[in-house]
Amino acid sequence: MNSNNINEVKSIMIVGVGGQGTLLASRILGNAILAQNYDVKVSEVHGMSQRGGSVVTYVRFGKEVCSPVIDEGQADIIVSFEQLEAARWLKYLKKGGKLITSTQKIDPMPVITGAATYPNNLIEQMKEKGIDLVAVDALSLAEEAGSSKATNVVLMGVLSNYLDFEDKFWEDAINQCVPSKFLDVNRKAFTLGEMHR
Amino acid sequence: MKQLMLGNEAVARGLYEAGCSVISSYPGTPSTEITEYASKYDDMYSEWAPNEKVAMEVAIGASIGGKRSFCAMKHVGLNVAADPLFTVAYSGVNGGMVIAVADDPGMHSSQNEQDSRHYAIASKVPMLEPSDSSECLAFTKLAFEISERFDTPVILRLSTRIAHSQSLIETADRIVPMQKEYIKNPAKYVMMPAMAKARHVVVEKRTLDLVEYAETSTVNKVIMNNSKIGIITSGTSYQYAREALGDEASYLKLGMVNPLPIKLIQDFASKVEKLYVIEELDDIFETHCKKIGLNVVGKDIFPVIGEFSQNLIAQKMGAAINDTLSLEETIPVRPPVMCAGCPHRGMFYTLSKNKVMVSGDIGCYTLGAQAPLQSIDTTICMGASISGLHGFNKAMGEKGEKSSVAVIGDSTFMHSGITGLANIAYNNSNSTVIILDNSITGMTGHQQNPTTGYNIKGEPATKISLEKLCEAVGINRVTVVDPYDLKRCDEVVKEELAAEEPSVIIARRPCALLKSVKHKPALHVVNDSCKGCKSCMKIGCPAISIRDKKAVIDKTLCVGCGLCQSLCAFSAIHEGEEA
Ligand code: SF4
Ligand code: SF4
Repeated sequence: MNSNNINEVKSIMIVGVGGQGTLLASRILGNAILAQNYDVKVSEVHGMSQRGGSVVTYVRFGKEVCSPVIDEGQADIIVSFEQLEAARWLKYLKKGGKLITSTQKIDPMPVITGAATYPNNLIEQMKEKGIDLVAVDALSLAEEAGSSKATNVVLMGVLSNYLDFEDKFWEDAINQCVPSKFLDVNRKAFTLGEMHR
Repeated sequence: MKQLMLGNEAVARGLYEAGCSVISSYPGTPSTEITEYASKYDDMYSEWAPNEKVAMEVAIGASIGGKRSFCAMKHVGLNVAADPLFTVAYSGVNGGMVIAVADDPGMHSSQNEQDSRHYAIASKVPMLEPSDSSECLAFTKLAFEISERFDTPVILRLSTRIAHSQSLIETADRIVPMQKEYIKNPAKYVMMPAMAKARHVVVEKRTLDLVEYAETSTVNKVIMNNSKIGIITSGTSYQYAREALGDEASYLKLGMVNPLPIKLIQDFASKVEKLYVIEELDDIFETHCKKIGLNVVGKDIFPVIGEFSQNLIAQKMGAAINDTLSLEETIPVRPPVMCAGCPHRGMFYTLSKNKVMVSGDIGCYTLGAQAPLQSIDTTICMGASISGLHGFNKAMGEKGEKSSVAVIGDSTFMHSGITGLANIAYNNSNSTVIILDNSITGMTGHQQNPTTGYNIKGEPATKISLEKLCEAVGINRVTVVDPYDLKRCDEVVKEELAAEEPSVIIARRPCALLKSVKHKPALHVVNDSCKGCKSCMKIGCPAISIRDKKAVIDKTLCVGCGLCQSLCAFSAIHEGEEA
């Protein structure tokens, strides 16, 4: 019963831990899409869950977008800022979809208190499932660019390899979303991400 | 030119374009950003009020003064403002007045899942519900027109997914209507029995007029596709349904969710074979349809609890959904936590150590209920910590008084803690109240309040002294402590619990996330000295974890508050860079 227009919509999820800068990443992506005259919806998380909780942003674009959220089995691409979050949101990935994840690990409180353990070899486990996965040490690349806070822009650089947007749309979007004093660091961060294939 | 805008920002833009002049709100997720964005327009007066009741009354006053006015709140905030709502429904408006209320299906940031449409019905006030940002803008403007045309306040109902999603909008210029003259009119504005009786008649007549409007207004839309399935829906549910069923179904999308049309619905029903109602939370459209004699499928297949989604609708209607992938591993949950260096942590550690019963409240500190601190026993609503503690102690007697406290934030105390404290002083319960003063409204993302010394635009404002306020309310014992000073916190809590009269402890230290707060450099653990005893983990700081049986501190998160240091018996935690 699914309608035709859903097939024309591309769905990208950005997941991570509250405070990691996922909102800025989705703003950059949203602006890059907007400039290309697509219909677009971006759904964000505010309030309580931002405090170190698991966070997700949905970005959808195409001819006409209805739902602002992405459901299980619908994401074309998931960009994860953290390994455990990649595993948590995996069920949202469509068959044949792409998973981009930073190799960073952040212990959630139940792991810190010893009530749970952080699973081992998550990336290997996901690869064994046959998932098309790109792992990147985004934190180190961000530090190389000049600030650990630029992890989000590194990951947008990696993502840019899998979307056929012209460079100028990304450049303009970064210029619009990043305060001018951090532009140099973020431009470098984007390039380092782009170089990671 | 098209712009990508958050639903809440689009409401603010709608206020601007509609020529709204006075805005008063209390922050509450998911409604907060409306007023934050509105405050960026210098042509409109905006403010944070101490609570939603005050905010709505300010808007009522401004409307009577002849200007277009607005207030925003979350669903539970409307409970607080319900008193003025039910009566401004009678008095009506002078300048247009709009109330935004943001529901939170799925409870992303709330203590309950109420459906605010009930308030529109109960108060007999029209309610509009947008389904994307462009409708947020358009419906805000329309709401002012309806308000003035029908002499009524209008409620704009949002939900988390509409408020916090960005979609495309197009802006227009601001048009400010002429300020209406204020004419003294006790029959309209003095709601005492004789006048209110007459106004109730006006309200019932107005509802009939609004139903007539709903029958033909373009605010309600019929989209005819395949006539096998007809769907009556609104807001986000409309978007989910369209995603799941596309052109396989026809839609009656209700933009005005109170009052509901009759002929329009009957007419739509007659054109389709099978009629479904798809609405999140309660069965309001469904009940209306049944009342007007229609056979509909609604809550017999769709849940009353939680958010909907495209998959949920597809599944319930028997359509296929995509397969999913997942790992066999159990993935540990990642609940939100109090930040590294959070000033609340020290006081919670102290309370947990002293094993006191903690009557809690609404704010960041509610997170203190989770492991490892587990230092909150109850959370009901804004202000209930203080009044609830009083009741608890009246039930428990001295045993309760010596081993229980209330905790409440500075903003929540101003919202509705003061009256509870007055009750404690007046009715003489020997209760201990702790105000966790982090000098900001934290949970909703750093809004100013009457105790911070700044207004919504960040300009200096009158700063209310919590100490003087508590004294004025009748509390003789008021002590201020630094929650980073664990030793002093412990002494003060013990002293005040033992005291034979009510007392207030103000635990004062600004939120660690405030830009104005200067942090010390990160601490580090000297590997050889650490015995792996995990004493430092008891405070639940997200910056500390155990790797290879030794504590490690994440230097990107640590703000050098020193709490963990004061817990380590082996002096393994040190200041400065690692050697
Ligand atoms: S309290 Fe001190 S010794 Fe114990 S685990 Fe923490 S750092 Fe190591
Ligand atoms: S000093 Fe200790 S308790 Fe404070 S933020 Fe750093 S790691 Fe956390």
